[in-house]
Amino acid sequence: MNLHEYQAKQLLTRHGVEVPGGQPCTTADEARAIAEGLFAEGQEMVVLKIQIHSGGRGKGVFKDGFKGGVHLCKSADDVHEKAKAMLGNTIVTKQTGEAGRRVHTLLVASGEKIVDEFYLAVLLDRETSQPLIMASREGGVDIEEVAETNPDAIVKLQVDPLLGLQPYQARNLAKALGLGGKLIHSGARLISGVYKTWWECDATMVEINPLCIVESPDDSQKIAAVDAKISIDGNALHRHKDIAEMRDLNEEAELEVEASRFDLNYIKLEGSVACLVNGAGLAMATMDAIKHYGGDPANFLDVGGSASTEQVTAAFRIILKDPNVKAILVNIFGGIMNCNTIAEGVVAAVQETQLALPLVVRLEGNNVEAGDSTLANSGLSLITADSMADAAKKVVAEAAA
Amino acid sequence: MAILVKPDTKVLIQGITGNFGGRHTRLSLDYGSQIVAGVTPGKTGQKFEDQVPIFDGVAEAARETGATASAIFVPPPFAADAILEAVDAGLELVVAITEGIPVRDMIEVKAAIQGSSTRLIGPNCPGVVTPGTGKDSQGGCRIGIAPGYIHKAGDIGVVSRSGTLTYEAVWQLTCNGLGQSTCVGIGGDPVPGSTHLDIIKLFNDDPGTRGIIMIGEIGGSAEEEAAAWIKENCNKPVAGFIAGTTAPPGRRMGHAGAIISGGKGTAEAKITAMEAAGISVAETPSQMADALIKILK
Repeated sequence: MNLHEYQAKQLLTRHGVEVPGGQPCTTADEARAIAEGLFAEGQEMVVLKIQIHSGGRGKGVFKDGFKGGVHLCKSADDVHEKAKAMLGNTIVTKQTGEAGRRVHTLLVASGEKIVDEFYLAVLLDRETSQPLIMASREGGVDIEEVAETNPDAIVKLQVDPLLGLQPYQARNLAKALGLGGKLIHSGARLISGVYKTWWECDATMVEINPLCIVESPDDSQKIAAVDAKISIDGNALHRHKDIAEMRDLNEEAELEVEASRFDLNYIKLEGSVACLVNGAGLAMATMDAIKHYGGDPANFLDVGGSASTEQVTAAFRIILKDPNVKAILVNIFGGIMNCNTIAEGVVAAVQETQLALPLVVRLEGNNVEAGDSTLANSGLSLITADSMADAAKKVVAEAAA
Repeated sequence: MAILVKPDTKVLIQGITGNFGGRHTRLSLDYGSQIVAGVTPGKTGQKFEDQVPIFDGVAEAARETGATASAIFVPPPFAADAILEAVDAGLELVVAITEGIPVRDMIEVKAAIQGSSTRLIGPNCPGVVTPGTGKDSQGGCRIGIAPGYIHKAGDIGVVSRSGTLTYEAVWQLTCNGLGQSTCVGIGGDPVPGSTHLDIIKLFNDDPGTRGIIMIGEIGGSAEEEAAAWIKENCNKPVAGFIAGTTAPPGRRMGHAGAIISGGKGTAEAKITAMEAAGISVAETPSQMADALIKILK
């Protein structure tokens, strides 16, 4: 589950990480009030940032031509005007796709005077099954780009999960980033806080980019997380009720939200051949087979190991809401699951949704003969297939017809 | 011969009184597996279907029945504790079927069991099957949720991160008359107890295994690591398949571990590494058995 920047900063603050002062808001008037408060505290600049689950916000362009999802403002009036232009408006960034994303929330924060920028992230190192801290002297840019062009700038630190990050490790990392003097201590404190956030919140990733040395009005320097991205392990939400409430359904594709209500794993893709499969690996392999025979998969859809008629019907309804779909492939390996139950589910779903698209069904496994005869005697004009390859070929041909 | 379990391996079930655990215990008993005990705290003295004695804890269940392997069916919030209990009781093999265990729990478990003599398979896996020689391969050892009847006793080892895709491969083998020594589902989570490589080493050392099918999917680099080892050390023919060539980056494809992140874990990279190691990679999932048959001597 992805969080908004302002939510990520709330979690970081709870774990002792310094972030620029500010608040989220949903109206231009609220934005003005927050900005007035920050100016009253002596801030010279206020930054206004749209809150969407997508990168490239600064360079995005709104559908009405308004440019940029991040703005530095010198007055409360300017904040109000920019907030008005962005709220309720739809922005297209390099990550949103053409449809873009509607802006519901803004973060109004103090515009810090940045002296230097770094990168810091905590994630799981899958090779060792241990937490990994990655830091780079080059901040504010894409870390994958740094890894390509200047890999020496990246410092990696493996953490023993049972001991946790030790203070000396955090100090060494701060020093490796080039921090000196007092900043070693505030840097180490921040790194420890970021690690703690990752661990305590069951995050799959915490990314601070940029992590900055900022200068206060009194010329003193400190380290702060100027931008932050956090993803949470969805399987751990049962122990984080507060974080679970941060889920923003506006940021998730409508069909995927509906699928999750029926415990279906659905991911919409761009192609025209829909598929409905039991098991995640088989579902991916089915998409691959469709592509192999010249088609383009319209979705990933795993109905799980014990799909009920309700689930199969819901799955058909969701598939049919995608206007790109031209043909559907049902691929079931009924291991424990009875193929006849699945066949009855498919027949019921086809009748209920009054399916008009070509449907190819491949059943294999437990009680497959009964399943096949249920399909054959249903009076429906569906196409049966006897292997995955056969099914993929047939459905691709149907979609192209 | 086989790896991990033999037909006479004594198995206990943690979470035997749950719906899911109970159902699959029944299926394992029907298959002829030696399910000798169940564990559900607070239910010691009771019996599962008047047949299998239930104990409060793993240690006493193992002591009383001689069980050396466990299957874990307990719900995700309690699964890490169940694994640690089984390891602490000194079982040789622990197979965690449970899907949805928090990653942090598994990071702790994996660190905590370093150096123990227990082998952990899973979590989020279909389990382990060593087929028997009876009708529909009955009389074998089935730990987990795989359908028993698709198997056939033989000498091909199968290791996979996916459930139904494993069944697909096993069924293709069986239909081609090729039986299996042992089939191991290592699970689709980002922190697995055992990796492809761990299992392939066991198959390589098993005189009862003649050839190997390795099924992988996007995410992580376990397949690449296995391929590098196979290239240098494996003396048996290996065929493979990687699912997720068409998966979009940054999206979790059903399995918690099936995600391309930061450009890493793509199907292309895995297939390239496997082909470079001399592994016969199936072009489509329909050809997994064929890919092996092609290179079997």
